[in-house]
Amino acid sequence: MTPETHTGLQSPRGVWWKPAHKAEKVWVAIAFGWCMVLFAMMPLWHLKGGQNPSGIRRKVDPEAFFQRTQEFIAQYQIGDDRGMPIVAPPAGSDVYLTAMAFQWTPILQLEKDKEYVLHLSSRDVNHGFSLYPLNINFQVVPGYDYGLRVKPTEAGDFRIICNEFCGIGHHIMVGRVIVLDGAPQAATAETAVVAGGDR
Amino acid sequence: MTAPAFRTCPFTSLKVDRHAEMLIRANAVVSVVALLVGAVAAVMLVLTRWQAVHLLPAVWFYRILGVHGMSMLIFFIIFFEMAVLYFASTALLNARLVVPKLAWACFGLMVIGAVMVEWMMWAGKADVLFTSYVPLRAHPLFYLGIILFAVGALLVTVIFFANLVVAKREKTYEGSLPLVAYGAVAAAIIAIITLLHGAAIYIPTFLWSLDLMEVDPQVYRMVWWGLGHSSQQINVAAMVSVWYMLGALTVGAVVLNEKISRSAFVLYVLFISMASAHHLLVDPGMGPAWKIVNTSYFMYMAVLASMIHGFTVPAGMELGQRLRGYTNGMFEWLRKAPWGDPGFSALVFSVVVFGFVGGITGVAIGTEQINIIAHNTLRVPGHFHATVVSGTALAFMGVTYYVIPLIFRKKVAFWGMAKMQPYVFAIGMFIFTMSMTFAGSFGVPRRHWDISFSNAPFDVQFSPAVDVLLAFVAIGGLLAATGAFMFIAIAVKSVFLGEPLGEVTRGRAMAGVPQGLTHPPTHAPNVDELNAALHHPSRGIFGVAPGTLALAGVFLLAFVLYYFVNWKVLSFVWKIG
Ligand SMILES: [Cu+2]
Repeated sequence: MTPETHTGLQSPRGVWWKPAHKAEKVWVAIAFGWCMVLFAMMPLWHLKGGQNPSGIRRKVDPEAFFQRTQEFIAQYQIGDDRGMPIVAPPAGSDVYLTAMAFQWTPILQLEKDKEYVLHLSSRDVNHGFSLYPLNINFQVVPGYDYGLRVKPTEAGDFRIICNEFCGIGHHIMVGRVIVLDGAPQAATAETAVVAGGDR
Repeated sequence: MTAPAFRTCPFTSLKVDRHAEMLIRANAVVSVVALLVGAVAAVMLVLTRWQAVHLLPAVWFYRILGVHGMSMLIFFIIFFEMAVLYFASTALLNARLVVPKLAWACFGLMVIGAVMVEWMMWAGKADVLFTSYVPLRAHPLFYLGIILFAVGALLVTVIFFANLVVAKREKTYEGSLPLVAYGAVAAAIIAIITLLHGAAIYIPTFLWSLDLMEVDPQVYRMVWWGLGHSSQQINVAAMVSVWYMLGALTVGAVVLNEKISRSAFVLYVLFISMASAHHLLVDPGMGPAWKIVNTSYFMYMAVLASMIHGFTVPAGMELGQRLRGYTNGMFEWLRKAPWGDPGFSALVFSVVVFGFVGGITGVAIGTEQINIIAHNTLRVPGHFHATVVSGTALAFMGVTYYVIPLIFRKKVAFWGMAKMQPYVFAIGMFIFTMSMTFAGSFGVPRRHWDISFSNAPFDVQFSPAVDVLLAFVAIGGLLAATGAFMFIAIAVKSVFLGEPLGEVTRGRAMAGVPQGLTHPPTHAPNVDELNAALHHPSRGIFGVAPGTLALAGVFLLAFVLYYFVNWKVLSFVWKIG
């Protein structure tokens, strides 16, 4: 039987549920197989990979989260930079970072290769946590505490860019994260402060 | 009810309902007006993000960004799709428009809604960008305008289905719906799902703006993207239908297999609304299981559908060309194609950029973990400009070159320019989307007025490569905007001041009339013989479309490469869990 030669603008004659040509079958099979690979990669990365956006997630009152951040600052503050407190929590601890128009509070000083639980939340509207220059991005939503287990794998003086529009000062909303190679001492903290840009 | 007035199309001998025809025209005209607003906004935006020029002040940058998003993604596209729905449910089926008065009322409602939204945005009363994430707050009339627009659009989809039912009952066509109409049905079903999400989010948000109820910011994001992303899937389904239509009109593309193509449309309908998750992959509100199942459209079934159409559309074109006698080698069918027909060139570029740039980047950044290195960077607009602009908008532009003679019965004005327009637009968009994607890979944020951070408390210094890439974003953007203005000039001149079409003689080229109409792509006289030979088992899988199969292999290779490079890059960042 000769296959039909009608276009997409014409009604197919008779029953259109017919076997496909081999080329189409092969392509559909390849595409399907590839889709399965795409799907399998995600659970696989949860098992074997080191970067997953899982975290500990819970609802939180925005003011309560901000209070918790203030307590955290009072507990571990070691200095300040342009009025913003620098906080050096011990390895393994819970770390609190509040986003609000238009700042990230506080400045964090972490240690390389140590794990922390980084709690992100917002006091007002949505913000975007974007760690420069590593390009690590998370959404910061008011009313939700996103507790991410992070382990910095390199030392440096990093920035947090806000990459979710949050109002007219959105583009000046920049925070700071310092990662030290080795245990922090008072002196290294001072050095880090001096090194943190001169604006 | 008054009897419908019809005219008979001299090219296709289809009967065209006059009310439907007027509505197609009205929606197309408003659509082009929205395109103009959006394109002017686009020029100002790229000239601001090009840091060396930095045209707009901050407040106007964000305001115009909102205007651009609304005008393009909502008003331009959806008004055009309303025209497509009227066309597919009347002219294509020889059928009548069942409730003309209601249809006009819907059109009025949509125009009023659109004007309200634009007015609020330009007046600075809705500086909340396209997504209007609560608790950012806009004037209540902004939300009300969107609701009115959405109600109008929802009713048009209902009218579309009513037309189909009546056409079926009155037996205006024989057999099954043509594939193009079938695709429009898929688009209309997705539209209903989408617009219901729209109601579910904008009605509460409207009440919230009046302090009458609370809206949770995370729930807002989830339901809003049920509208925001799914509306892009209406575009995909409508665009694929237009691909099949343009293939038929320009090169006599045949439908390789109805079962496969239709099943792919069904996959769209079943799974595509799950894509709201693409925007929530690094959100605190949902867990990994929810994210994986939803972001993958339940195991990538909608991606599978796109990969099927991405093969069957060019394969149908190849077979169509082969049946016209262009049978030599792998690519004679492509070399001898009507590259001077703007309907054809627009179709080809739409398929290529949608697939190679939009599709591949979309799957990569829509992967749960890879999203960590993509969320809210320029990679995101880089991706969706490749799908919705280079894909959908370009396909719609291509089909307009046929709508002008077929529906408006005018010659296409500025014919020389029209032949070039798809090239200018596609090259511009290609440069734009690629540069944006690479700039985003450096972590450059989207929706950002000043990445030199000149007033920020701490310094941020992007790589000099970023400056170059943003300059290319601007150059590509300006080129594409030029293409858009060319299109607008052509469409407006043709429709309002165009030369009437007059007699068209088959086989004689005519300025202002696409080649597909002057030289209809009829198959060779011995078409059945050719077709049987191409389908012969001895030719194996390379039988009907060897060229397309080779191109599909190149596509798959690029896909696999880009996808795994992304995993590699991800593996270098901090450990996060
Ligand atoms: Cu912010």
